[in-house]
Amino acid sequence: MAAVNSPNLLHAPPSSGRFLNWLVRHASTGSGALQRLARQPFASFMTVLVIAVTLALPAAMHLVIKNAQSISASWDNALDFSVYLNTGTSIEEARRLADIIRQRADVEQVTLITSAEALQEFREQSGFGESLDHLTANPLPHTLVVRPGTNHTEVSMSLLNEELGNLPETDFVQVDTEWVRRFHAILDILQRSIAIGAALLGAAIIIIIGNTIRLDIQNRRDEIEVTKLIGASSAFVRRPFLYSGLWYGLGGGLLALALVRYGLYALEAPVTRLAGLYSSPFNILSLDLAESLAIVAAGMTLGLAGSWVAAARHMRRIEPR
Amino acid sequence: MIQVENVTKRFPGGHDALKGLSLNVDKGEMVFVTGHSGAGKSTLLRLIALIERPTSGHVIVDGQNTRRVPRRKIPAYRRQIGMVFQDHKLLYDRKVFDNVALPLIIAGFSDRDAARKVRAALDQVSLLHKENHFPETLSSGEQQRVGIARAIVSRPKLLIADEPTGNLDPDLSLEVMRIFRRFNEVGVTILIASHDTALIDQLGCRRIPLANGMLHYEEEEDVVAEYVERLSVQTEQAEWRQ
Repeated sequence: MAAVNSPNLLHAPPSSGRFLNWLVRHASTGSGALQRLARQPFASFMTVLVIAVTLALPAAMHLVIKNAQSISASWDNALDFSVYLNTGTSIEEARRLADIIRQRADVEQVTLITSAEALQEFREQSGFGESLDHLTANPLPHTLVVRPGTNHTEVSMSLLNEELGNLPETDFVQVDTEWVRRFHAILDILQRSIAIGAALLGAAIIIIIGNTIRLDIQNRRDEIEVTKLIGASSAFVRRPFLYSGLWYGLGGGLLALALVRYGLYALEAPVTRLAGLYSSPFNILSLDLAESLAIVAAGMTLGLAGSWVAAARHMRRIEPR
Repeated sequence: MIQVENVTKRFPGGHDALKGLSLNVDKGEMVFVTGHSGAGKSTLLRLIALIERPTSGHVIVDGQNTRRVPRRKIPAYRRQIGMVFQDHKLLYDRKVFDNVALPLIIAGFSDRDAARKVRAALDQVSLLHKENHFPETLSSGEQQRVGIARAIVSRPKLLIADEPTGNLDPDLSLEVMRIFRRFNEVGVTILIASHDTALIDQLGCRRIPLANGMLHYEEEEDVVAEYVERLSVQTEQAEWRQ
């Protein structure tokens, strides 16, 4: 009897297999929490859906930016210079100049657009059509479109720009890629806005899950009280609620992935058609493995955080009476 | 096992539930705390279970002064004490087996060890055949026995019970008390709050009568009064002889 009454034998299980016990306990607490959610399938699904939508929003925006970046990345190779020649320059002089420029090592290709071609193009695209017929002379200059070599650098580009500008026949040089850089700058701003938006939506998920768990804690007040009364630690009482939060987050993350995938599936046909019209091989980019895992991990982390906040705030107030 | 030293418990609003109470319960004793409702029985048990802390004085349980048990150690402290409640306080969404197993799971026993101990405890309250029932399908007396099985499943040295027979008819009450008696016979110290004096007399255990938060020995007061009277008579006689 004395041995049985010694505190160690009484209240602590033998230390061997303790870790295994711990694992088994966690597994059973986790599956218990899951079963509890399954008992109220509609309410649980609504919570999961709200989290999924909240996660899918920034994920979808991220995909838009990612695709826009991938399109504009292919434009980066087309850093063409438009060299407008003085209006007095003849076609022969323009052709000769094009040949000279073509000799340069840092130039891949030179295309001549004569003033007549330019006017024709302008007539077709501007819609001024008829009114252009009243012009007595063609006001447009000949233009050389110079495409730099593929191994260009920032320095070689500005050097080329300067030398093209210094040619006596050159009126001025326009770098067509200026707008690509602006586009990139806009994408950067959008990307940052999405990051800010995602942070706000993350806070929203913590609040949603926190509130759900808070209600759950209130509903199970008696149970918590009894468990504390017979000696459960705060960690023990908190654990099933943390698992609930984790499951909500996991479910939300997986459903968010499904929503994004479905959205991409719905967009795929029209995007392919549009790319076909531009005879572009463009394929819509989906979430890669790392991004998918990040979304699920974000859901789980936020779910855990939300339930932790709720448990810390509301569990303490429930003490045996 | 339990030393209560000059304990006062004042509740907000100024009501004193216990007023300078001192008492002792030895190891292996089975003791009843009696008194009308509001006498302080429940408060005394709540102080022992550390649901409340005394306003002044000390409650020492198995050598541990409850004043020195910090908040975060309360769960470990409570696990050393078996508690039985008038309203059973069972979890109604879990089977009898799981209710009884709860203290073991909290303490971190493996499923196999827990199952063995749960069956032993259920056997001791003669409810082994009901382990897969839900508490609601059980009678009040059976529910109370489940509560007792849960209280003793981790083999505590001390068992406290607050009106454990409060909702039971006399036959069931006696049965429950006999179960307590059996645990007491194997060395468990038992403290029961009850106002069922007829039942207590049947069991012949020590009584700690409380009234208004103080000890109230009516019989002993009579003895003292008689003694004082006799003493004064003797004194008178002595004076008269002189």
